[in-house]
Amino acid sequence: MKLGILVNEGPYTHQASDTAYHFVKAALAKGHEIYRVFFYHDGVNNGTRLTVPPQDERNIVKRWSELAAQHKLDLVVCIAAAQRRGLMDAAEAKRNGKDANNIAPGFRISGLGQLIEAGIQADRLVVFGD
Amino acid sequence: MAEQTGEAVVKKFLYVNRKAPYGTIYALESLEVVLIGAAFEQDVSLAFMGDGVYQLTKGQDTRGLEMKNFSPTFRALEDYDVTKLYVEQEALQARGLTEADLVVPVEVVSAQRMAEIMENQDVILSF
Repeated sequence: MKLGILVNEGPYTHQASDTAYHFVKAALAKGHEIYRVFFYHDGVNNGTRLTVPPQDERNIVKRWSELAAQHKLDLVVCIAAAQRRGLMDAAEAKRNGKDANNIAPGFRISGLGQLIEAGIQADRLVVFGD
Repeated sequence: MAEQTGEAVVKKFLYVNRKAPYGTIYALESLEVVLIGAAFEQDVSLAFMGDGVYQLTKGQDTRGLEMKNFSPTFRALEDYDVTKLYVEQEALQARGLTEADLVVPVEVVSAQRMAEIMENQDVILSF
């Protein structure tokens, strides 16, 4: 089955990102296709490479990046939600006159259309959040 | 359930609004998805349940909060061909509200009918 995933909560505060990660991993292991993982609301904070969790804790951002590299996942961060919360790639930082960017490897910034498209293209869209 | 009309796939999208309009950003960002999604010419419906019914109430004054009152945007949804708005009867009743308190015409439905509406969707985005 072709699955679209929506993650609506940030890392650590809320379990949604953890659950989505484990769901995606399990789905891939069962041979399902992940069409896209879309990060919205505070979920965009799953895509900052500047998180430094304690060493004995799971590294949520790194885990997503590694899974994306292994399975060529399309991890998309909503641009409007990202701008509100200070999540930037190099192009966005330049466009907005910011002195740094923080997007993690394997993530890309794009519009909400990518979420709607995932809903249209995937067999199921699974939402993780409150 | 998805209909094939020529080349384009038309799916039934339901946006479920469960949160109060202010206090968290879910309601505002949900509406942003609805507006962007309108360009994709899908079969769109909105559901309002729980505190989500407050999103549609008349007379919202957000000046003290220094937040934008986005309730007028619901009146513009018609221009985007988004006309199916379902409001849960029980949620209105529990909050002492009636259809007359809302900024747009809606269809008030029972929780049971709402479940049937959900059952008929292809994609449910819950905020």
